[in-house]
Amino acid sequence: MAVARTRAAGGVKRGSAAAPSAALTADRKLELYYWMRLTRSLEERLVSLHRQGKLVGGVFRSLGQEADSVGSAYALERRDVLSSLTRNLGSLLVKGATPLEILRQHLATADSPTGGRDLGLHIADLQRGFLGHISPLGDMVPVTAGVALSFRMRGEDRVALVYVGDGATSTGPFHEGLTFAAVLRCPMIVIVENNGYAYSTPVHQQTAARRFVDKAAGYGIAGEQADGNDVLGVYDVTRRAVDRARAGGGVTLIELLTYRRRGHAEHDNQRYVPAGEAERWAAENDPLDRYVRVLLDREKVEQAALDAVDARVVAELDAATAEAERSRPARATDALHGVFADPPAVAPHWYREAGHRTPERGPS
Amino acid sequence: MTAEITYLEAIREALFEEMERDPDVFCLGEDIGVYGGAFKVTEGLRERFGEARVIDTPIAEAAIVGAAAGAAHMGMRPVAEMQFADFIASAYEILTNYVATGRNRTGLACPMVVRGPSGGYVRGGPFHSQNPESAFLHTPGLKIVAPATAEDAKGLLKAAIRDDDCVLFFEHKYLYRRIKATMPAGDHLTPIGCARVAREGKDLSLITYAATVWKALEAAERLEREDGLSVEVLDLRTLAPLDDAAIEATAKKTNRVVIVHEDTRTGGIAGEVTARLNERCFEWLDAPVLRVTAHDVPLPSAPALEDFVLPQTDDIVKAARRLASY
Repeated sequence: MAVARTRAAGGVKRGSAAAPSAALTADRKLELYYWMRLTRSLEERLVSLHRQGKLVGGVFRSLGQEADSVGSAYALERRDVLSSLTRNLGSLLVKGATPLEILRQHLATADSPTGGRDLGLHIADLQRGFLGHISPLGDMVPVTAGVALSFRMRGEDRVALVYVGDGATSTGPFHEGLTFAAVLRCPMIVIVENNGYAYSTPVHQQTAARRFVDKAAGYGIAGEQADGNDVLGVYDVTRRAVDRARAGGGVTLIELLTYRRRGHAEHDNQRYVPAGEAERWAAENDPLDRYVRVLLDREKVEQAALDAVDARVVAELDAATAEAERSRPARATDALHGVFADPPAVAPHWYREAGHRTPERGPS
Repeated sequence: MTAEITYLEAIREALFEEMERDPDVFCLGEDIGVYGGAFKVTEGLRERFGEARVIDTPIAEAAIVGAAAGAAHMGMRPVAEMQFADFIASAYEILTNYVATGRNRTGLACPMVVRGPSGGYVRGGPFHSQNPESAFLHTPGLKIVAPATAEDAKGLLKAAIRDDDCVLFFEHKYLYRRIKATMPAGDHLTPIGCARVAREGKDLSLITYAATVWKALEAAERLEREDGLSVEVLDLRTLAPLDDAAIEATAKKTNRVVIVHEDTRTGGIAGEVTARLNERCFEWLDAPVLRVTAHDVPLPSAPALEDFVLPQTDDIVKAARRLASY
């Protein structure tokens, strides 16, 4: 799979004066770098904690995909809502999730976003506009369509963005959700992150379509393909789709071409990946390296400014990691809470009631 | 005096009243708008509330339910129609994995109703007669109601729309136009989670719900007339959460229980009720708990076959006599 070259070239024009990113101030461009660096470094912390045996569940890296998450989420306004995937840590951070929350969530602490009830990035906070995914893929397309439908029904100037991977495009809910959203002209953006693999399945075994963006035509919606490792390009293509959705133009499907450099999760040895492929992407098409060149060469940012961001990220993550490790593990009975609004907790079985002593015969 | 209305009209009245009361309530489903629904439950809604709140959708049950969940997250109160309850199977994945788990996992509530016509006795065949409740009873996080009367059809639907969690509302198509009642005055709500004693008795109890409530009542009358038995009929009304107190009360009162349901037997609600009786009322029972249910086959369409497969009044009478003589 000669992905590195074709995708890096992956052909959408950018950099024209009309590009939305041209209006970003120098500070905001540096902020994009901060979010990408924070994403990568936070994941490195998670891997380190994982190796120490401190995490519950796996670590799903977005190494090499940070531009895709950060650039797209950055194109939204605060009031907009996104539904992230397991490789969209950057999107969640941009929307206001904190490293402390993410660390606690992976450590399954009592004060983590799900209190030990669910894993990884399955977190949600609609006040901050993010809606975590669930493991069955594609489901978030109809759910996000409903979020967008509510915006349209209430006449709110808001849009909703949902990420799916190349694998999820094969699921029924992806198809149903896009059909539904297109017909009802929901203000929604669907980003298909084509990172080459769904677990071990390469794209050519996922679809016979030449490009995922070609699917847009079948739904009667706008489609654009872009280089997912160019953060400003991702911002531009997303921003255009956001503007279209806000203006009543309905759904856009964006295919972002990127590459998953690590396995499905940290346990995955990637035996299915051709020799040299991941290394080539790392050497030739790393989104952080590329953006650093843009900032230094084109935007005339001083190296010292980037170093300051890097130092800030390290300091923030040191503080967050120390604080997260002080949190208590979730309490066992927290499992029983919040199945329904009423009653607020499920009753424990009699043999799990506090202070229960086994009677000589029978429960009653 | 207010006129009697049918079970179907009672459902429609609930939708009208709730949409009038709360602008966040809206309906979505296949053919529900212009056409008024396959059974005309939603007839007139679109004229009254407009196409924005009575939404005709593509044939996409997973999208209908998923979009309802998304809208519910944002504070809307969606009422999603499955054209036949059989088709809810297409939304099973998103209901069980997403909708049912949201509040517990991440605090994301899904205050929504998924409603549709269930049940047989109408020669509808395997895909227009199903009783899907047991498939969902097993999933924590979903409420299930199945009204037997027109009053409860209205009261339970209004309560379901106001509930802060997802309620599956299985209305029985056999009852749509066959039963009528005068609606209680005012804002009529039937609380979710409460069974109803449909007939008082002291010798044995028939525990049931939906269309078979009427067969149980017929059987109770015959048993009184022909056998001198005083039979209590408990209409569960809500299947999740089950009304344990009411189940326990009737079992302790009569000491003999037959559970009747139209759904197939294996893994059906009767098994769950039996297990609870075993755990809670073992010493109170004078006889084993019996079940009268459909046979474990896809529901056939031809009259002789459907009548054979589904529970009939005669079957309930036979089971009650066996229990009484135990």
